[in-house]
Formats: sequence, C-alpha cells, structure tokens
Amino acid sequence: MAITTTKSAFWNGFRDSAPFLLVSGPFGLLFGVLAAEAGLNVAEAFSFSMAVFAGSAQFTALQLLQENTPLLIVLVSALAVNLRVAMYSASLTPYLGDAPLWQRACAAYLTVDQSYALSIVKFESEPELTTGQRLAYFFGTNGLVAPGWMIATVTGALVGAQIPESWGLDFVLPLAFLAMIGPMLRTPAHAVACFVAVAVSLPATLLPYNLGLIVAGLAGMMAGAQAELWLERAAARAATRKESVE
Amino acid sequence: MNGFDSLSLWVVILGLALGSFGLRFAFIGFMGGREMPAWLMRHLRYTAVAIIPALVAPLVVWPAPTGGETSLPHLAIAALTFAAGAVTRNVLWALACGAGGFLALFALSA
Repeated sequence: MAITTTKSAFWNGFRDSAPFLLVSGPFGLLFGVLAAEAGLNVAEAFSFSMAVFAGSAQFTALQLLQENTPLLIVLVSALAVNLRVAMYSASLTPYLGDAPLWQRACAAYLTVDQSYALSIVKFESEPELTTGQRLAYFFGTNGLVAPGWMIATVTGALVGAQIPESWGLDFVLPLAFLAMIGPMLRTPAHAVACFVAVAVSLPATLLPYNLGLIVAGLAGMMAGAQAELWLERAAARAATRKESVE
Repeated sequence: MNGFDSLSLWVVILGLALGSFGLRFAFIGFMGGREMPAWLMRHLRYTAVAIIPALVAPLVVWPAPTGGETSLPHLAIAALTFAAGAVTRNVLWALACGAGGFLALFALSA
C-alpha cells in the first residue's frame, strides 16, 4: 500500500500538487497586477485572494466592478462562475463526509480545481484509505497551492502598481479567461454550451446592469444540458440499432 | 479608481467570501451523502463553460484598450489563445500564446 500514515498522506498530496504551482502562480500574479491596475492597494488585493480564494470568481468580480455594475449582479455573476465548486463539494462528500465539522469546514474553504482534481482521482483509485488519511491528502494538495496563490497575488499587486496604463493591460483578462476555455471543451455538449453562450452574450450586452452575462450564461447551460441529453439518446439509439443488425 | 469605491469593493470581497464558502460547504457540510437531482447536476456541469465565454466574448469583440472599437489584431490574438488551449488541452500553453500575442501587439502599437 502506498500510504500508511496520515502524515505521509499529507506529504503525498503536497508532492502531487507541486506541478499545479505553474498554473496558480501565473494566475495569482495576473490577478495581483490587474487588481493594482483597477486601483486596489496591496492589502486589498491580498484580502481578496485570502477571503475568496477562487481565481475565476475573483477575475469576474474585478472586471464587473470596473464596469460600474450593480453590486448584486457582480456577486451573482462571480458566484455563478464558481458554481462548479458546489459540484466538487457534492462529489467529495462520500469520501470526507464522516470527518468532524470543523475539518469539513476547512476542507470546504480549500476546495479548488487543483485540490479536487488530485483528490478525487486518489480517493477513487485507493478506496482503502481512511477518512483521516483522505483529509490529510486533501490538505496536502493545498500545502503549496494556497500559499502560492496568496504570495503571487501580493507580488502581482506590488508589480502592477508600477505598470503604466498605456500598456493596455485591460486586454490581458479576456486572454487569461480564453486560455481556460479551450481545455474545458471536453465533450460536444461543452462546445454547444460555449457556442450558445457566446452567441447570446453579444446581443445581450444591450441589457442593462450587465444582466446579459447571466442571461447568456443560463442560455449556454440549458443548451449544454439539452445537448448532453440528445447525445445520450442518439448513442442509445445507435446501440440498439447495432444489436438488431447483429 | 475606475469608478468604484472602497465600500463597494469590501461588499464584494465579503459577499464573495461568504458566497463561495457557502457553495463549497453546501454539500460536504449539510447534505451528507444525499444525491443531487440529475437535472440540476446536468446544468451545473455547464456553468463555467457557459459563463466564462459569455463574459469574454464582448470584451474581445469590443476591446477596452481601443475604447470599444472592434480591432482585428485583438480578435486575432484572442483566436490564437483560444485555439492554443483547445488544441493542446493545456492552460499554460494557451496562456503563453496569449502572452506572446499580447507582447507582439504591444510592440506593434509602440
């Protein structure tokens, strides 16, 4: 068995997460730089990363704040971007649900893309782990990523304050998001959701208060869900046809 | 500041802190092992892949640095960044392509 003690489980997670620093580092830096450009001081940028600890939600909120969006819409949009962590939470529950409440609360705060992706693979492939060992592994995956995210934000905020506005850094944010989209398109249904959301988002900019984002997002979600159902049915039909031929 | 005050910022920071913690704690804290309805999971699967492109598309078509004027170089760099991510399936390569394109744009306009 690869893992024998709780302590080694922690260091296991710690090691496995090291490559993810290459992702959270640059994104944390970028958040710091853009926050500074938007007028946040270093303490504000740090508090943002520390309290929220969710990259894509932070980027979304920062962008919408600068467009003078009503605060309620800023919050709803940024949380919608982060709805996936609710899915992570649901999918981790069977593995970590037995832990004491305060430990589950800590685990909730630390539920991000990296810790979830590493942990769910570990938990599924090594069902003999105890809940304590699973939690230790989960916390270990954040041993580098969480401090890395905060340090990168502060560094970015310090650097960003020195960068003149003429560099046009406003365009870096859409580029950072665009870089995330490609790898997300894992199935045709994902591509449909993305395409519909984009098609709706352009005319929807005419709606007041940046509501277009929520409308386009919902349209994309519904399109993705419908595409998934349709593809499942098409696959089932193809399977029955194959059987009847044989 | 670009039109938002310190109070708005702190409302957003605290609201998001509570909200994202709530999302993360919802199931592991309260739901126990109960299953979520299938239709809800089916929609949740597509939130990020719908909302993020919906946020980005207008920013690409009407980029801020040109004052909202549609610009071919900006469109081209955006397409390059997206394509790099879709082909390599790797955020880092896409980010590197985006950064390279952005620097090229910067050099051209300087």
